[in-house]
Amino acid sequence: MKTIINSRDVLSGLLFIALGLLFGWQTQDLPMGTAVRMGPGYFPLVLSGLLGLLGLIILINGLRFPGEMPSGIAWRAVLIITGAVVFFGFGVRPLGFLPALGISVFVSALASRLFTFRTALLNTAVMVVFAWAVFIKGLGLPLPLLGPWLGGY
Amino acid sequence: MDLLDNLALGFSVALSLQNVFYCFVGALLGTLIGVLPGLGPVATIAMLLPLTFGLPPVSALIMLAGIYYGAQYGGSTTAILINLPGESSSVVTAIDGHQMARKGRAGAALATAALGSFFAGSVATLLLALFAPPLANLALQFGPPEYFSLMVLGLIASVTLASGSVVKAIAMIVLGLILGLSGQDIYTGTPRFTFDMQELSDGFDFVALAMGMFGISEIIRNLEDEHQRSLVAAKVKSLMLTKEEFKRIIAPVLRGTVIGSFLGILPGGGAMLSSFASYSIEKKISKYPREFGRGAIEGVAGPESANNAGAQTSFIPMLTLGIPSNPVMALMIGALIIQGITPGPNVVTEKPDLFWGVIASMWVGNFMLVLLNLPLIGMWVRLLTVPYHVMFPAIIAFCCIGVYSVNNNTFDVYTMALFGLLGYALVKLDCEPAPLLLGFVIGPMLEEYLRRAMLISRGDPTVFVTRPISAVLLLLALAALVVVLLPSVQKGREEAFKE
Repeated sequence: MKTIINSRDVLSGLLFIALGLLFGWQTQDLPMGTAVRMGPGYFPLVLSGLLGLLGLIILINGLRFPGEMPSGIAWRAVLIITGAVVFFGFGVRPLGFLPALGISVFVSALASRLFTFRTALLNTAVMVVFAWAVFIKGLGLPLPLLGPWLGGY
Repeated sequence: MDLLDNLALGFSVALSLQNVFYCFVGALLGTLIGVLPGLGPVATIAMLLPLTFGLPPVSALIMLAGIYYGAQYGGSTTAILINLPGESSSVVTAIDGHQMARKGRAGAALATAALGSFFAGSVATLLLALFAPPLANLALQFGPPEYFSLMVLGLIASVTLASGSVVKAIAMIVLGLILGLSGQDIYTGTPRFTFDMQELSDGFDFVALAMGMFGISEIIRNLEDEHQRSLVAAKVKSLMLTKEEFKRIIAPVLRGTVIGSFLGILPGGGAMLSSFASYSIEKKISKYPREFGRGAIEGVAGPESANNAGAQTSFIPMLTLGIPSNPVMALMIGALIIQGITPGPNVVTEKPDLFWGVIASMWVGNFMLVLLNLPLIGMWVRLLTVPYHVMFPAIIAFCCIGVYSVNNNTFDVYTMALFGLLGYALVKLDCEPAPLLLGFVIGPMLEEYLRRAMLISRGDPTVFVTRPISAVLLLLALAALVVVLLPSVQKGREEAFKE
């Protein structure tokens, strides 16, 4: 989609400005110090200002030239993949290492348009056995196999 | 002779049973991920970082280095046989390499790639051994102002050689620097950018950031455009080169080695840029320009030598100055820091076994790759029939296990997810993630040297321009920036990257 303004530049300019403001605001409570003895806040504030400035340049450039909107965003993959990773973090303690891993593998397989139930299940099984053999038996990582929710410890 | 003594020490380290094993594992894994499109060395090294914590530093670095140069070999195999470059550095190899394969000269193309790579790798290893120690000696005389300026130059140069918008890339560096500063201030212990979260008191986790930005977001990007791969691999008959072919590859291999060795040292250089540069030069000066694009053997020999040489010499700034020239080197520095070693000129004198061991292992590794690759070509090609939708859930599993096992901390898993999202968003906005990782690694060092320099000079900022070495470094940075922002250069640059 062609628009009058360069949307990718405008959006990234705005993103950098927002991040510059956020980090700049975070340096508020830090002692600045002087140029001779810089405090913990000095360099971070300088960098935040620089980030905001660069964001502004990108934004202005984006308003000057025509460009395209970001396209082809894989929303389905974004949601499912992020969800699968977050689920692993959430589940690894209460459910245990192997169940959380298995569910995450299966769920993330759903992100593909070529998903089939059989391959996903097979993939999950292979990964769980592999993770058990390599990480638990082989490398001896101290991870509980089953969490308290599933009768483990 | 010193050099011989040092190399002897290096080989005695690299040829120990344990290190040969890790070198082999690294080279094998590197070839594997080089063959598989959609899984690059950055993501792989990030995934394997946690596993190297238990190893001695030498073995860890030897294995990680093996992954990097192994990937250059693997990527070219698939580029030639099925026109599917496994790595960005072998994109140009596919052009003429695959045409050769279609003419029944697949074996010759593969042999050219392997021989060229091996030759270039050996020369680059020797260059590393020759030039790294003097460079480290020079760097030992650097004070804080020189280090600060050197890092500025490194960061700026890495931007000017990359593709895409320069301003955006600089913004990405600055964002990386800021993220790198999170955690406790080194002098006062004051928490910074922790957003009042206990978990961020040591800053953002390096492994989580790297895996999110390069592993998770890459997977999402690959899932945008899925299609069934239909693969018809070219048959490999004989690996022998004809006499005429052999004559034609000598000059391109030599030129590729020189170009790659030089570009690899530059920040932002490395394998990809080297192969592109070599290809365009070979095309320009060739006696058979019409053959290019139709299976010119020079189009394989030059870039393949160049990318391997570049991969190797990009270790020079990392090992001698402690400055990463590309994301892979940033990860290596991260690995060293986690091992308790401060990368920099002192490594050469204080840890000679590490320094020379890694250098010698590169030659050992390159030799292994020649032996490993040519006979196993059939196996690598069969691996490609594993479709991506079967592969990526496994990559996610490895990322999750890897990031969680570092600190047994679920917060790191969420951090990875967050940076996966951020990385994907930035890529969609045409912002390359590589400069951010460089900034993240350099951030704390840059601040420390800045503060020390200002202390020494009693707050006089002119210290950066009155000390000659520092002034020259800053001038170079400025020149690089000016040159790349000139309209005429910018145009040519866009065209060069389009090719």
